[in-house]
Amino acid sequence: MTKYVAKRILMSVLTLLLITFVLFVLIRIMPGNPFPVERMTADMILQKRAELGLDKPILEQFVNYMSMLLSGSFGNGTSLYNGAPIKPIMLKCLETSFRIGVLSILFGTAVGLTIGITAALNRGKFLDGLCTVVSILGVCIPSYVFMIFLQYFLSYKIPLFPYFFDPSQFLNSSIMPSLSLSLFSISAVARFTRNEMIEVMNSDYVKLAEAKGLYGFELMRRHVLRNALIPVVTVIAPLVVDLLTGAMVIEKIYGINGVGSLMVNAIAGDGVDYNYVLALGIVFSALYIGVMLVLDILYGIIDPRISLAKEAG
Amino acid sequence: MYTPKDDDFDFLTDRDLSVDENFAAQGYWKGVAVHFVRNRLAVAGALIVCLVIVFAVLAPIVSPYSYDEIVSIQTTDGRQVIAKNLEPQLGAPAQVDDASANFADKTFVFGTDELGRDLWTRTWQGARVSLIIAFVAIFIDMVIGTSYGLVSGYFGGRVDNVMQRFIEIESSVPTLVIISILAIFMEKGIGLVIASLLLTEWIGMSKIARAECLKLKEREYVLASRTLGAGSFHIIFKQILPNTIGPIITQVMFSIPVAIFTEAFLSFVGVGIVLPQCSLGSLIEAGFNNITVLPYQILPPITVLALLMLGFNLVGDGFREALAPKLEDM
Repeated sequence: MTKYVAKRILMSVLTLLLITFVLFVLIRIMPGNPFPVERMTADMILQKRAELGLDKPILEQFVNYMSMLLSGSFGNGTSLYNGAPIKPIMLKCLETSFRIGVLSILFGTAVGLTIGITAALNRGKFLDGLCTVVSILGVCIPSYVFMIFLQYFLSYKIPLFPYFFDPSQFLNSSIMPSLSLSLFSISAVARFTRNEMIEVMNSDYVKLAEAKGLYGFELMRRHVLRNALIPVVTVIAPLVVDLLTGAMVIEKIYGINGVGSLMVNAIAGDGVDYNYVLALGIVFSALYIGVMLVLDILYGIIDPRISLAKEAG
Repeated sequence: MYTPKDDDFDFLTDRDLSVDENFAAQGYWKGVAVHFVRNRLAVAGALIVCLVIVFAVLAPIVSPYSYDEIVSIQTTDGRQVIAKNLEPQLGAPAQVDDASANFADKTFVFGTDELGRDLWTRTWQGARVSLIIAFVAIFIDMVIGTSYGLVSGYFGGRVDNVMQRFIEIESSVPTLVIISILAIFMEKGIGLVIASLLLTEWIGMSKIARAECLKLKEREYVLASRTLGAGSFHIIFKQILPNTIGPIITQVMFSIPVAIFTEAFLSFVGVGIVLPQCSLGSLIEAGFNNITVLPYQILPPITVLALLMLGFNLVGDGFREALAPKLEDM
């Protein structure tokens, strides 16, 4: 187990380093240069390049960038266009996105599990059919269709919630975005939970427990839920990662200043803000790889067979 | 004593039981077709998809307006104005109570947008663009992914190892980062959307092809072919490839909705299709900006998008079940 964890961590760090390097090189070999050529003389450009360290070999630049990164700043640390420092802005955006992401995962798992368990307990009845239809629709129809309709009806037609996100009243105004963001997770988790539950409920050991006289809640708690919920963790993992992309749409719809919209602003504006793209690219990749790593290790702890199989393979 | 009569019994199915469909000799594809058609949801999905495709192909041709044409209309009091933000209407309304209203003498099935373009034409043109993007991107993905997976699986050993490490690294780059890097190097538009689909979707395809190839390369017919002197290229593409078609088609069916969604998502956040071109995503984006005032503008593109994704997903599910029927379904 320790060997497996160590190997996974090492691989993740290496992958992240490689991605950072590729990102860095790609952005450095971009055609064009960051200076307004028509307003600067050749000497000024040379001087500016030396100031920014752009005249050194690319490997040396990369090492410099990495050392700055490790000491906690992002390169020259400013936006190319308005000169504002990247780090504080990004931290603030990350915080907002993180809060909404966590809320939506909580929503997604809680509601999804409830629906899935209800469906499994009422197998073949009306409630089960309803749950199946809801979860098929939820998986098939793009989440942002739902998001737009939810916003239109629950914030505009019947003004239950604020139309736009407002950081000053965080809890109230983040209910809608995180609910919309979690719709896909809800349906995926519900479908998966239902199928797992049914499989476990038909298994021999549950039949044995029933034969011994265990029933109702106690049977669920002791035998069914424990075994059915382990695999559910496996669907939650990719969902966490999907949140990043989903967040871009949600942030546009509800006007949230999160990392998604930061990235969109960096690439969709008139020019591309390379410093932002690089910094955000590194942060996104680190998050993604980090989440994958944690979940992989988590599976190993929950179900030791996984890590053993991976070590053998 | 009671003697059972014939009508005491009912057949559980309305199938003709004198014909053995399950074990009768039938071709592989015929079997698949039979299972597919028996699945009502899959047939419904196929119908939806066909219907949308027919409209996307025909509607822009038949429509009297072109998708980027700004239509002008004659109002009831005889002025010529641009048909801005008109609600859906079929022909001239029978009675007009408000003389200043922009009632037109023309038919706009879905209404018009804020520049006075016909939304019916634009919606189907957008569906056409979205479908073309999805088909082109997924087709290329299929070719690349399948070849990559087959080669990797067939040769195994060191080749496989290197090729799989590459996939591992590429798949740990978030899609968003790939898209932003592409946005630096490319113009925004159809090309960017297709390129980002190319870079992300082939991995799933290659994984499936590799898994199939690992199974199939141990079969006797591969051994026979090799004994007869066939080269690796012949074995991979003539012997193994035809037998992997089933799972690959299923994967394609599931990739198309992902592609359509990715396009819609990119255009929605502003990195996709640029004006005057339109796609479902850019139409939804335009409609979203006016949703509180003119909600009818967002309805058509969003409905078509939802229908397309639902349809393709149902077809994909149907294919998966038809290709690997479980015993209980027979």
